[in-house]
Amino acid sequence: MQGTTKNDLIIRIGGEGGEGVISVGDFITLACARAGLDVYTFKTFPAEIKGGYAMYQVRASTEHVYNQGDIFDVLCAFNGEAYNNNRAFLRPGTAIVYDSPSDFTPDIPEGVHAYPIPMTQTAKELNNPRAKNMVAMGALSVLFNIPIESLREVLTTKFARKGDEVVQGNLKALERGRELAAALKKTDPWAIGTPKSKQEVIVMSGNNAIGLGAIIAGLDFFSAYPITPATEVAIYVAKHLPKRGGTLIQAEDEIASISQVLGASYAGKKAMTSTSGPGLSLMSEMLGMAFMAELPCVVVDVQRGGPSTGLPTKHEQSDLFLAIHGGHGDAGRIVLSVENVQDCIDLTVEAFNLAEKYQCPVLLLSDGSLAFSTQSVPYPNPDSYKLVERKRWDGEGEYQRYKFTADGISPMADPGTPGGMHIATGLEHSETGLPSYASANHEAMQAKRFDKLKNVVNDLAPAEVDGNGAADLGLIAWGSTIGVVREALQRLRAEGYKVKGFYPKLLNPLPAQQFEDFGASCKRLLLPEVNFQGQLAHFVRAETSLRPESYTICGGMPFTPEMIVNKVKEILA
Amino acid sequence: MNAILQPQTHFHKVDYKPKDFKDEKTPAFWCAGCGHYGVLTGLLRALSELGVDPNHLVSVSGIGCSSRLPYFVNSYKMHTLHGRAGPVATGVHLARPDLAVVVSGGDGDGFSIGGGHMPHLARKNINITYILMDNHVYGLTKGQCSPTSREEMKAAVTPYGGMEEPLDPILYMLTYGATYVAQAFAGNAKLGAKLIKEGMEHNGFAFINLLSQCPSFNELDTAVSFRNACDEVPDSHDISDRNAAMQAVSKAKQEGRIPTGLLYKVERPALHERMAELVNRVGGSKDYDLRKIIDLARP
Repeated sequence: MQGTTKNDLIIRIGGEGGEGVISVGDFITLACARAGLDVYTFKTFPAEIKGGYAMYQVRASTEHVYNQGDIFDVLCAFNGEAYNNNRAFLRPGTAIVYDSPSDFTPDIPEGVHAYPIPMTQTAKELNNPRAKNMVAMGALSVLFNIPIESLREVLTTKFARKGDEVVQGNLKALERGRELAAALKKTDPWAIGTPKSKQEVIVMSGNNAIGLGAIIAGLDFFSAYPITPATEVAIYVAKHLPKRGGTLIQAEDEIASISQVLGASYAGKKAMTSTSGPGLSLMSEMLGMAFMAELPCVVVDVQRGGPSTGLPTKHEQSDLFLAIHGGHGDAGRIVLSVENVQDCIDLTVEAFNLAEKYQCPVLLLSDGSLAFSTQSVPYPNPDSYKLVERKRWDGEGEYQRYKFTADGISPMADPGTPGGMHIATGLEHSETGLPSYASANHEAMQAKRFDKLKNVVNDLAPAEVDGNGAADLGLIAWGSTIGVVREALQRLRAEGYKVKGFYPKLLNPLPAQQFEDFGASCKRLLLPEVNFQGQLAHFVRAETSLRPESYTICGGMPFTPEMIVNKVKEILA
Repeated sequence: MNAILQPQTHFHKVDYKPKDFKDEKTPAFWCAGCGHYGVLTGLLRALSELGVDPNHLVSVSGIGCSSRLPYFVNSYKMHTLHGRAGPVATGVHLARPDLAVVVSGGDGDGFSIGGGHMPHLARKNINITYILMDNHVYGLTKGQCSPTSREEMKAAVTPYGGMEEPLDPILYMLTYGATYVAQAFAGNAKLGAKLIKEGMEHNGFAFINLLSQCPSFNELDTAVSFRNACDEVPDSHDISDRNAAMQAVSKAKQEGRIPTGLLYKVERPALHERMAELVNRVGGSKDYDLRKIIDLARP
């Protein structure tokens, strides 16, 4: 059976945590990527330790995918809760594959294509009750043209270490699911398209990609404290950093992790920590010291829903105020934000380069949906990255750690360097590093530390402008919202709207002139972001002459392209 | 296993007198009669006896009167934040296990604001030497009760007398799993020097509590009272017996006495050694092919 090929298909799988929802999603994702399709996944899972509703959404396309999409075309419900949670999203044309007989009998709405599959029952018949998800996956593969050869390969590879019996058991359940689905009459139009070309890719989550980027950048020392949704960064680094001879320590709290990072940095090593909002709050004091003592460090903040403990497993972009201004006194730092998995690799490398060059903290903002979103990206060539090392003292003359220089960057001396002895202190200091509270010195040193950051804008590619010429509306977006805006703009342009996008990755120091230039080409500006106060809009209003309208949501979920499209239409109506 | 560089590599490299370890740019500037001078004297003497190359020595401190000590020592140094000297020093040491790292700080810095870090320095057996300069009071803020202040202390924020039981740093460090625990009166620089030297030679976390009088803000604990209350542990004291050490301290406290000398010492792999072993086990090196790591993310 074959449906109408759709180049771009979204499948959502829902069920009880522990039922294998995540594995099915992973297998489908990997199989599609293996076959040469572009993939982008989106997951939510409960904050509770066991059980609760888990959801995994795979978007696979023959074209490049920028975001998780609007809403699914296909729902696979493992239980009644999964069905009920998604009932409101069913539209005429949606296909639903569900467990039947089961604990629920769905009231299929008009126009929805229903495929009952005895998932639980079949798995029991096969004496393999845990393979319920494989039965479901088999059915999905037949109904929606999921590349079956790739699926079998992925499954075989992933279960290999559990032994041949497990592999065969799962393959058997998969084939049984295929037979069950083949016996049904396909009525819906959905099927994944055939990939055009097979490019060398890797598939990674945002968190893992940050870990990889750090290792490519030459990470030597990593310290972190467990926190959702950032822990996966540490898990990845813990696995791979020792292979590169690096050091990882789990600290007793986030204050200790940033402290250890600064100690390692003083000792001459590339050091990093990763955390989420609550941890970043705790690090604020030490980040002030990093600025004051001019110590390079990279701090990753995988943002989650706040304030306080907030919504730990949910998506939000609400740490921008904290990232830019958190902490006492007048302290600066570089703040970057990532759009997608590719950025998680590339901008993490960039974060290290900037930290080394400017001898200051660099904060890299990711977010809850990107943390666990797996995406296919071209296989990165590790040799293609330019790596920067801190400027080190050449041993000439008498060493002054904080010597005034034209670009404000003073060479560092690693411990062990003869004649390079100096103190790193949080006290205001003179060029030697020794405390000095003289007013002229404090003013000169603050200027040194801030002025050097003015050059950061020249180290990065200018913020991308999406679209040409004059626009009726310009959209400014940051973080993973960018990918949503990209697709929304494509749709709007296809309908004749004159719209443009502006996608800054450097958020502090804010590239104000680039904002101005973009703003000058747009009649009006809209800034969608996932926080209540409109945090980037606040900075844009403060640091440029632009007055973007804020479009904020904070329901724990990212924007969809449709939301942006509708908002733009409303504004331009 | 690959040889890992240890701080001892840089011992016996220089023939310096104690005064050569003084940073001539910054003479010590504590109050007259401050016990911390005794700590500094002991430290300089230990460094001289060890002959440690000052270029490979890192002195780390937090905030407080005692945390100014690194300024007075000829070494690389970090004057960090209140309570954070321990984790900062951990980072220095783990990143560069060849460096000799000495932490100095007060009782408030180490056991109040920084108290959350102390168990982990000890249990992880971080190969650094921690000198607690314990004067039972906050001096830099001009006299408030610290976690080791006597209960009856009248101080700036306790004008009617304190109400809290003091803690004993030695009992905590024994409980937390420190592998070298020693105590002395700061004025006994000879003993202080011996304990610091042995602590720096010890492979693992060395904790040395030096009781130091504060003539400006603590009238209850004077140089004389500290000196008179100290009893060096007898030769029969079994330093390998943690319970014996705890009992000796507890018994002495009941009698108003302070046991000094090396109280406990045990050999246990330090964290950096375990980490080096791990790197070795996975065949880790700077040259490890990144593509082998990236390949794992192929679909």
